Amino acid sequence: MPLKTRYELNLGMATREAFGRALVELGRENPNIMAVDADLSKSTFTHLFAKEFPERFVSCGIAEANMVGVAAGLASHGKIPFAASFSCFLLNKAFEQLRVTVAYPGLNVKIVGTHSGISIGEDGPSQMSVEEISLACSLPGFVVLAPADEVATRALVRAAAEHVGPVFIRTGRPRVPVIYSPDQRFEIGKAIELVEGSDVTIMANGLMVAEAIRAAEALDAEGISVRVLDLHTVKPLDREAIRKAAEETGAIVVAEEHLVDSGTGVRVAQAVAEMHPCVMEFVGIQNTYAESGPPEALLEKYGLTAPHIAAAARKALARKRGR
Amino acid sequence: MTSEFDPARLAAIARDLRVLILRMIANAGSGHPGGSLSAVDIITYLYFRHLRIDPERPHWEDRDRFVLSKGHCAPALYAALARRGYFPEAWLWTLRDVGSPLQGHPDMRKTPGVDMTTGSLGQGFACAVGIALGARLQGKTYRVYAMLSDAELQEGVTWEAALAAAHHRLDNLIAVIDNNRCQTDGFTADIVAVEPIDEKWSAFGWDVQRIDGHDFVQIHAAFQRALQPRGRPHVIIADTVKGKGVRSMENRPEWHAQPFTPEQAEVFIGELFEGGSS
Ligand SMILES: Cc1ncc(C[n+]2csc(CCOP(=O)(O)OP(=O)(O)O)c2C)c(N)n1
Repeated sequence: MPLKTRYELNLGMATREAFGRALVELGRENPNIMAVDADLSKSTFTHLFAKEFPERFVSCGIAEANMVGVAAGLASHGKIPFAASFSCFLLNKAFEQLRVTVAYPGLNVKIVGTHSGISIGEDGPSQMSVEEISLACSLPGFVVLAPADEVATRALVRAAAEHVGPVFIRTGRPRVPVIYSPDQRFEIGKAIELVEGSDVTIMANGLMVAEAIRAAEALDAEGISVRVLDLHTVKPLDREAIRKAAEETGAIVVAEEHLVDSGTGVRVAQAVAEMHPCVMEFVGIQNTYAESGPPEALLEKYGLTAPHIAAAARKALARKRGR
Repeated sequence: MTSEFDPARLAAIARDLRVLILRMIANAGSGHPGGSLSAVDIITYLYFRHLRIDPERPHWEDRDRFVLSKGHCAPALYAALARRGYFPEAWLWTLRDVGSPLQGHPDMRKTPGVDMTTGSLGQGFACAVGIALGARLQGKTYRVYAMLSDAELQEGVTWEAALAAAHHRLDNLIAVIDNNRCQTDGFTADIVAVEPIDEKWSAFGWDVQRIDGHDFVQIHAAFQRALQPRGRPHVIIADTVKGKGVRSMENRPEWHAQPFTPEQAEVFIGELFEGGSS
């Protein structure tokens, strides 16, 4: 299988930790970078930034709506605040602030959701975020990023800081496989082709990218040629890569750790419908909340592992071939 | 319950519940020991002396309601519910596992005896206001209890709910604040201060009492007083100790959600029986 990158898929750090470390690096380079937090700094890893730059760290207490308002105010002074909390609290409790005081005036606020998806695990549904891609993408002018590993996270946190305007970055709780070599280049809005293929394309982001690669490996053994794209930017979508996938492979599977009704998949489907309609299948969380449990067990139970992606790809291929 | 008030009996039950909490969290591999241990004396009082409930009929229409607004301390509630017979104690050893009726945070659809789904701080209390309002509208005489944490007072919705309850003169609503003075990132006073708590609630129109939340005599007196209608909602500010009962955890914010092994749990349980604490 033609691989564009090294991928032994060894376990690396969690993307939330990669975010916290990248933020410290940025803090050293740019005195305008700030961290704003809501009593979860050890979980979001903003405590690393707080330790090194206490005067540029603001804890708002357990008050996510307030936190985003404070971040908007800081941004109006030319600061570059990164506001971090669990995705569920940040996007849901502060959505009104994100709409009226961040998106509408287009303020330069960076929103970092950690513990996204169901892979937070044991804490259960009230702490799981399965709708934030949808919420963030619904905000005009927002850039929405969902990095797959520590390398991608580091690069995209940097890209977010350089981008002028609101950005949402989705990170996760568990450690995830390292997919990229340290010198991989990332550009907002530019998908990365991880595996070349011509029969079917699997598009994924976050921790589903590693699963997509594993699925491609299994399908390759069956003689199916699979293209894998990392859609690390959900907004703006890489329409060119999507158009090419639709034209050249004629079948697309989108895999995401998110409600399937409202996430990356439906956005890709819109682009496909506009440019080059083709067969599509969607892997994600169906119309339900999950439950408490170990992350791996939940990903399996709720249909978010490589075998489920491979099954969807086989189905897409059969539909494409008219079977 | 209608039994005599017997502080020694309640202290013995609370100690048993602490053992269950520690073993439950260790077995699950994650959870929130500190706030569960600070809350458990009040939860013991409510479930073993005070609430009008019937474990045989968890959906009994006229039961008192209890909303654990600080939902992360579910292990304290689960221990009490199991001991009161709402479900088998064996369920406690499935906490946080796939398929378990005991979720990481309270789930009113999965766990008998849980009156409201919680886990996002601030929300449970607002629901309790709605339950109290609903009780009045339906001419019901049951009471609604809500347990909040001190750091939950940082959430704006808490104060929105407090205003609404006072405006509607909900004297069937009794809020308890488990004031253990710690939150995730440290001491509440160092993160975003919430004191003076009593003055704030008085200003919001509530009947305010302040007690030692580990002293059953004071707990009993406060809840008895809260049964008397005063035309306003009641709040009991319970000064507590995070990690109460386990010496090496007491008043140490780092034990908010730190995991520990079953072997460590037994060491902590040994500390419980060193005597002194409740
Ligand atoms: C809205 C919301 N934000 C954040 C959290 C994550 N969280 C769980 S417990 C906690 C703080 C715990 O401190 P406190 O509320 O005082 O509870 P206690 O000390 O009694 O455990 C936080 C921030 C949450 N559950 N809900």
